[in-house]
Amino acid sequence: MASYILRRILIMIPLLIIISFVTFVLINLSPLDPAEVVLQSQGVPQITDQLIAETKEEFGMDKPFLVQYFHWFISCLQLDFGHSYVTGKPVWSLIGPAFLNTLKLTVVSSVAIIALSILLGVICAVREGKMIDKSIRGVSFFLTAMPSYWLASLMILYISVKLNLLPTSGMNSFKSYILPVAIITISYAGIYFRNVRTSMINNLNEDYVLYGRACGLSEKKITIHILRNSLQVAISIFGMAVPIILGSTVVIENVFAWPGLGSLSIQAILSRDFPIIQAYVLVLATAFVIFNTLSDIVNAVMNPKLRSNL
Amino acid sequence: MNLLEVNNLKVWDVNTGKEIIVNSSFHLKQNSCLAIVGESGSGKSVTCRAIMKLNKSYLRQSGEILFKGKNIHDLSEKEMRKKRGKNLCMILQNGMSAFDPSCVIGIHLRETLAEHFNWSKKEMSGRMKSAMESVMLKNPLEIMNKYPHQLSGGMLQRIMIALAIVLEPDIIIADEPTTALDAISQYEVIEQFKKLRERLGCSMIFISHDLAVVKNIADEVLVMKDGEIVERGKTAEVFSEPQHDYTKYLVSTRQVLSNHFNRIMEGEAVVVNS
Repeated sequence: MASYILRRILIMIPLLIIISFVTFVLINLSPLDPAEVVLQSQGVPQITDQLIAETKEEFGMDKPFLVQYFHWFISCLQLDFGHSYVTGKPVWSLIGPAFLNTLKLTVVSSVAIIALSILLGVICAVREGKMIDKSIRGVSFFLTAMPSYWLASLMILYISVKLNLLPTSGMNSFKSYILPVAIITISYAGIYFRNVRTSMINNLNEDYVLYGRACGLSEKKITIHILRNSLQVAISIFGMAVPIILGSTVVIENVFAWPGLGSLSIQAILSRDFPIIQAYVLVLATAFVIFNTLSDIVNAVMNPKLRSNL
Repeated sequence: MNLLEVNNLKVWDVNTGKEIIVNSSFHLKQNSCLAIVGESGSGKSVTCRAIMKLNKSYLRQSGEILFKGKNIHDLSEKEMRKKRGKNLCMILQNGMSAFDPSCVIGIHLRETLAEHFNWSKKEMSGRMKSAMESVMLKNPLEIMNKYPHQLSGGMLQRIMIALAIVLEPDIIIADEPTTALDAISQYEVIEQFKKLRERLGCSMIFISHDLAVVKNIADEVLVMKDGEIVERGKTAEVFSEPQHDYTKYLVSTRQVLSNHFNRIMEGEAVVVNS
């Protein structure tokens, strides 16, 4: 088991190196000359060839491509992602706090999504085909089909403006979390609870459920057995859900003026602030790799069949 | 005395209205073994699950199922649950899928025993241990800490028998317990079933489509086809003088197969080779 975990963690290293290289290549494939972008964003009135050459030298852009990558990679390891072209501040001082804010939102939302998905999934599976199952699926279909920014605007209008119950935007107290978390939860739990439900129903038809009942086990105990087996599928999906939410809070963050990665990245993209975009892509890709590895490890711990094959 | 009496049992699918068991009546005497034979889909398993009240929710049943004179259709779900395992014990076809794949075997055994007896953990392990030893399972304590996929089908089948020994039920319902096993495990499991009857003196319903096994173990036979009982009687009589065409067909097909086998064993195959 320990060797499996170690192996999984070691595999992450080459993966992350490849990701960092691809990120670097993609940004450099952009038709824009980064030196020109720097000069433009600094508001230089007349961009001359000499200025471009000087800027290139200053930022090390005149060096061969692989050398540039190597320098960037080494400094990334020290959490030094360079300086913003626009403000000149270190990228980490911008990305760091924004990442933390987004992470807070993501963690709270993920916990809510997982709890709600399991709850709804179990209720629907146990009452398969009954009224409650049909209505939960119907309502969730309706809610997930609505664009989240529209749902968010509606909620702000009714709950924050008309009823004045919750703040409209910002990140000041725990109250600020309620609306964004609710919106994210609605749009994801509506999808993920279906996975829990399907996998529970598949397990319900297994022989071990019949044998458990034939032995006189209580429905409560049987449901726990079914849940334990169903969650193995759900865990991989939930594991991947966390980085997906991390990357897709852009819309919600913009609606609620949440000072997170989403807002920052949109600004960076609009002003072509390459170092920030690069760092943003790298952080997200790293999150994907980490959570994927984590869900694999949790799955291996929960599934004895998998464990013995390691 | 009839331990179990089934009168006019009917099982149908609510969605399609299709009748799966058409008006079936039979009884099980104390200390006897009743075999139900028939092809797949003839309603053997559904009959047994109807007795346990464990059919899928879209299958409804009517008629009388009298266990010790009491109709189980009148029992509440809670009362029925107390009967399952303790009075009516089921043994399934595929040991490999009969236990929760994420838990060690011991968990299922302990949970079942805790449901029916007020025993301490130590007493449970002790009783399970001696029962497992009596069905020729070596290292029972080690087996209880193994996951289903680490054991063979024959072993899991014998664990189910061992659990039945500890539960001491009135009726054991074995749903094709040997179908998923190889010939050697089959022989071992059948031997254990015979011993089980001798030891507990319990009655048994034995579903199978293996006529050789049925001949070996059952006192009486029901032959089912398309949800109906087409023939019934003492095992020896049904096999020697089948009345219904379907039974004749079953017995004769079996004869052809075993004749072929006997011929090969007598050396005809060798003649072909030389």
